[in-house]
Amino acid sequence: MDVRAQVSMMFHLDKCIGCHTCSVACKNIWTDREGTEYMWWNNVETKPGTGYPTKWEDQEKYKGGWKLKSEDSPEDKDKIKLRASDKGRGFANLFHQPNLPTIDDYYEPWTYKYNDLFDSPAGDDQPTARPISLITGEPMDIEAGPNWDDDMGGSTVYAANDPDFADLTMAEKKAFFEMERMVFFYLPRICNHCLNPGCVAACPSGALHKRGEDGIVLVNQNVCRGWRHCVAACPYKKVYYNWKSGKSEKCILCFPRLETGQAPACFHSCVGRIRYLGVVLYDADLIESTASAPEDELVDLQREMILDPSDPDVIAQAKRGGMHDSVIDAAQKSPVYRFVKEWELALPLHPEFRTLPMLFYIPPLLPVLGRLENGTYTIDEKDYFGSLDKARVPMKYMARLFTAGNEEHVRKTYEKLLAVRMHKRVEQVGDLNQDDVDGMLKATGLTVEMCEEIYRLTSLPTFEERFVIPPMHREYATELMGDPYTFKAETGVGFANKPKRGL
Amino acid sequence: MTLDQMLFGVFPYLAVVLVIVVTIWRYFSDRFSYSSLSSQFLESKKLFWGSVPWHYGILVVLGGHLISFLIPRTILAWNGVPWRLYVLEVSALAFGLLALLGLVMLIYRRATNPRIRKVTSIMDIVLLLVLLVQVVAGLWTTIFFRWGSSWYAGFAVPYMWSLIRFSPDVSLVSSLPFMVKLHIFGAFSLVALLPFTRLVHLLSLPLSYLWRPYQVVIWNRRDSRRN
Repeated sequence: MDVRAQVSMMFHLDKCIGCHTCSVACKNIWTDREGTEYMWWNNVETKPGTGYPTKWEDQEKYKGGWKLKSEDSPEDKDKIKLRASDKGRGFANLFHQPNLPTIDDYYEPWTYKYNDLFDSPAGDDQPTARPISLITGEPMDIEAGPNWDDDMGGSTVYAANDPDFADLTMAEKKAFFEMERMVFFYLPRICNHCLNPGCVAACPSGALHKRGEDGIVLVNQNVCRGWRHCVAACPYKKVYYNWKSGKSEKCILCFPRLETGQAPACFHSCVGRIRYLGVVLYDADLIESTASAPEDELVDLQREMILDPSDPDVIAQAKRGGMHDSVIDAAQKSPVYRFVKEWELALPLHPEFRTLPMLFYIPPLLPVLGRLENGTYTIDEKDYFGSLDKARVPMKYMARLFTAGNEEHVRKTYEKLLAVRMHKRVEQVGDLNQDDVDGMLKATGLTVEMCEEIYRLTSLPTFEERFVIPPMHREYATELMGDPYTFKAETGVGFANKPKRGL
Repeated sequence: MTLDQMLFGVFPYLAVVLVIVVTIWRYFSDRFSYSSLSSQFLESKKLFWGSVPWHYGILVVLGGHLISFLIPRTILAWNGVPWRLYVLEVSALAFGLLALLGLVMLIYRRATNPRIRKVTSIMDIVLLLVLLVQVVAGLWTTIFFRWGSSWYAGFAVPYMWSLIRFSPDVSLVSSLPFMVKLHIFGAFSLVALLPFTRLVHLLSLPLSYLWRPYQVVIWNRRDSRRN
């Protein structure tokens, strides 16, 4: 058992209102420079939809993540390889990476010639501010943007091409787009800070790395040589190529903020308070075996990797590995641990990419199609779980997103979420049959106490309960660099030189 | 001192000193600037038809120059039989043409695509032009001064060894045709240009990728992993 700590995340999709405040907070801090205008380290997508970059989930197109070697040759069982480039192909593709998306897969960034509004001579027409490219500076026609299909805008053109429709029949797909059944939800995405990151594995220079103490995945800008394999290898397309500096960049989980005890900007600014952050302890010896497990076991095995931070054996092993008491303490208070491991409510996004993402999602409850009867909205269901079968978003679709297509699995999560809801309803509204609700609790293995705790941490958590940030022990990092007083009150590593494009 | 002595007796040393001193200085003072500065993200299709033929063509041609430089006698012996000479010359020409094809494509792409022009520095243009002159001079030599592979081993290789022994024998090259002299001068110009351009990317060939584990984990404290 090799106990390591990971700053892990959980997004509660039921609470996301799609306001993009997180994206804007991130953009204003990190990606408002030339070469990064098109990057959204944090973005919010409408589902169903094609996302950003367009159709990023389609690995037939982008070849991101890992796949079982046995998919190619059956005798190579239980081992995985990068879909885009292993070591051999990594070298062969140095001169041209065949799976690198181009800027047109994202969008060409633009601004407007606002000055024309002021400087135009008097005339018969209103002056207009023409869009100009932020790359070339020339006038351009806007063809796409980071949220081009926001709120299902142009759904028959964009959302209809959602790669997650793969398992749905033609009829089910069509039903999605009937006006009365139209439904969508939001999917905010940042870097998953995976346990088995494809980007790190694909980097020929070794510039990408995972920080041992907190698991944050970073690109060392001074080691990166612009080989671009990380962009192709990340199945979530969360490593971006800075076309100006010739280096790759990605979400840094606001580590300078974390190091000073503040939540990352996107977490801090979240209006719906959907975001939770905390440390989980995991067994690093299980990374390889978990990542190469059969698809339907991926979610369970990833949960098994996460260790109980109150278990004396785990604590002893963690201390042997040099983990600070304060980190173990933070892990015991981690809201992410409770949602993911204790209550088994939160699921990883697309576990079938086999990178073991450490950002977990609670899937949104799915509205059903009901009708008005004597002034009451009714859905014609005796059994409250039955509403899952009538949900406007089919279980199959949610299973494709969160459980590698395993419908049973995603259903179990939903039954728990429904049970908590019904439990609170019978308590506060009192219009349900208590025996039915007790039956639901029994079927899902929840107790009344658990329901109360889930409810509390979902609906009424304080800032400190949502973000349990471990001390980052920056003093250890500066020990390596020399005299700690030199680095007093500093965060991050910083640039000795201005990061301008090389010769 | 004659012009030949300047160009072939002094300039090579100047170029080598430049490449060593400036490369090291740049590496330690501005490591961020070390990058292949790939522009594939802005334009991918034409880059494929430029970059791939260029790199594979020039790598084989450079490798040929290096091998002949190291074992000139073996090359001369190989060339002793006509069909073997033809095989060597034709393949050298083929890879040279491949490199030229790629290079022309790269120049065309850089000149015509407005996005690529935006990420083109003056040194990029200088470098592309010097490379073009160098490849054309090399191909010219291959086609018009037969058989290059043999007399390269007879003239250029002893000249380069004389440079290494610090007693440059300029007389070996001063009688050569203009295009060949241009090619030799161009070669040392590229050596001198290396630290001032994106050419530095060829010094960062990521060989350690071959033996490092896929995952890289960096710990703050060296002694933190005691188990």
